[in-house]
Amino acid sequence: MPDIAIKVEQLSKSYFIGHKRQERYTALRDVLANKAKALGHRLLHPFKGTEGVMFTADTTEEFWALQDVSFTVKHGDRVGIIGRNGAGKSTLLKILSRITEPTKGRVELYGRVASLLEVGTGFHPELTGRENIYLNGAILGMSKGEIKRNFEAIVDFAEIEKFLDTPVKRYSSGMYVRLAFAVAAHLEPEILIVDEVLAVGDSQFQKKCLGKMEDVGKEGRTVLFVSHNMAAIQALCSRGIVLNNGSLINNGDIAESIFCYNQIGRQPKQQFINPNNLCITNITVTPVDIVIARSNAAVKIIINFYNPKLLPSCYLNMVIENSEGLVLIHLRTDSFDVYPSFTPGDHEIEIYIERISLRTGIYTAWFRLFCNAGDIYEIADSDTVMFEVMGNQVGGVIEVPYKWYLDGKILNCN
Amino acid sequence: MNNRVLVIEAGRTELHYWKDLWRYRELFFFLAWRDILVRYKQTVIGIAWAVIRPLLTMIVFTVVFGKLAKLPSEGIAPYAIMVYVAMLPWQFFANSLSEASNSLIGNANLISKVYFPRLIIPTSSVITSFVDFLISSAILLVIMVWYQFWPTWRIVTLPFFTLIAFLASMGVGLWLTALNVKYRDFRYIVPFIVQFGLYISPVGFSSSIVPDEYRFLYSLNPMVGVIDGFRWAILGGESNIYIPGFLLSLTVTLFFLVFGIMYFRKTEKKFADII
Repeated sequence: MPDIAIKVEQLSKSYFIGHKRQERYTALRDVLANKAKALGHRLLHPFKGTEGVMFTADTTEEFWALQDVSFTVKHGDRVGIIGRNGAGKSTLLKILSRITEPTKGRVELYGRVASLLEVGTGFHPELTGRENIYLNGAILGMSKGEIKRNFEAIVDFAEIEKFLDTPVKRYSSGMYVRLAFAVAAHLEPEILIVDEVLAVGDSQFQKKCLGKMEDVGKEGRTVLFVSHNMAAIQALCSRGIVLNNGSLINNGDIAESIFCYNQIGRQPKQQFINPNNLCITNITVTPVDIVIARSNAAVKIIINFYNPKLLPSCYLNMVIENSEGLVLIHLRTDSFDVYPSFTPGDHEIEIYIERISLRTGIYTAWFRLFCNAGDIYEIADSDTVMFEVMGNQVGGVIEVPYKWYLDGKILNCN
Repeated sequence: MNNRVLVIEAGRTELHYWKDLWRYRELFFFLAWRDILVRYKQTVIGIAWAVIRPLLTMIVFTVVFGKLAKLPSEGIAPYAIMVYVAMLPWQFFANSLSEASNSLIGNANLISKVYFPRLIIPTSSVITSFVDFLISSAILLVIMVWYQFWPTWRIVTLPFFTLIAFLASMGVGLWLTALNVKYRDFRYIVPFIVQFGLYISPVGFSSSIVPDEYRFLYSLNPMVGVIDGFRWAILGGESNIYIPGFLLSLTVTLFFLVFGIMYFRKTEKKFADII
């Protein structure tokens, strides 16, 4: 299978974490008894580890940092790995970099791997910039010849030519980070793994790094990139993988992954599936008269719901957000002083938007019905539905009708 | 694009490991180079320390054990040379042990962030100590000129004994450093072993002092064989090796080497998790 670069099958990693029993005091008798038990265990079972075995009343817990993660990455793919803190991203990268071993599962790597998990690994503060370039390059896996060949390019990228012979402990943090990235950027692996190294450094540096990683991707190498900077991920990657609490919850197009990531931890929409309550059964967003929604074209949103009781004086809310959760459009019936009532049964609501003034992108829509009348209190949110707007204008969010005039002559118009 | 595939699985013995050691061979020297460079940064006397240290130790030993305690030398060789010839391998062994046993912990940031065969780390500390050994050997030449003491043909066998010293340092060093990662007690145990060993090993005296019935048991200390060998090679004359003892020391050295490598490889997988 020459096309595949990385194949991960049911990868799992667990750690044992201990919990100390909270005692009011530590008795010498208990300490001695526990030591004796531990010694006995070690003598009788010399090759079994003492991991996970506790001889005191302290408990131990098996914590799964990764659970059954499976995915495939093809050569030349640029994949963004996103997730909240503690989701297991760094653990996954450590396993792919062979720093730690998996507990279960299997990984196949086709090609030489270079990992940048920390900026400046192996840098020694007492050594000069020049010496550290050689040291860091060797640690990352470059041969002396390779380092010599790329030396000029590295110094150029880092812009520290003046300070090559000063000890690195005198560098500013920006210089330090530039130098560290410069060395790693000139590795020539088939698979490059980068972990949140853009968190440090100013925006110019970040742009430079992204540019370099993009070049690496264009050369046909595979890139795995972990970051919390969604803009950077979206700019660089074509595919995304979302991890949450050790499990893989999304593996697909990068826009889809970012949307999924933004949904994690959101207050769950109140879903009432008890038929005694109000229940929104369906919500759809469809363009009118065309197949796919286009900027400034008409779009209608249809919501179906069922209520078993009479609902007097309702507030209806319709929200359209972008992929980061920013509310772009918020339509409410109480803004024109209308408070509809609904008799028991099935109902359909349609919102007709004459011109959806959004530019190309992926957006989400959801609907809320709220009724608070006397002894009746009902609230229901629909699912979030994702829809895409196509257009030939890229950039920005809002589409407006416009005309350009040059020296009095009309150039074009929308 | 080469068609090499690397499989990572729980519990899988890595056949790539030895190939990787070769691929990363330059790292052995880079890490040793780093340690040596760092040692003398911002020092005034710098590399002169590499000469002063062994020289001073020899002088102190000669005065204390030779003149004050009046321990006998071996044959016609001056006491100073006898001590110095034993100091060479002993310092090599002691330094290797001290540095190797802390090497993994000292490089914890590398272990948790980059992959390379971890065997390289303690081995490069042994190489660093070897460089010191070479410098001290150069001083030995100077001392021999001073005393007008010329070695016999037996000096040709010196590389062989040096190799045994190297293997002994590596074996015990690997074992101790792997243990030190999990049980930090060894940070205190190792200096004690080194200090204790200096008096137990035949550095300040000749091993011919040891009573015959205990001589075989005495050779359980691998450095006994090495030091005897060094003395035999350099001092010539009446210095001779007690063969059964020497073979026992050699066996102990090889045992530690094999056991050390095995234990290291077995625990290596867990280093990043417990360091």
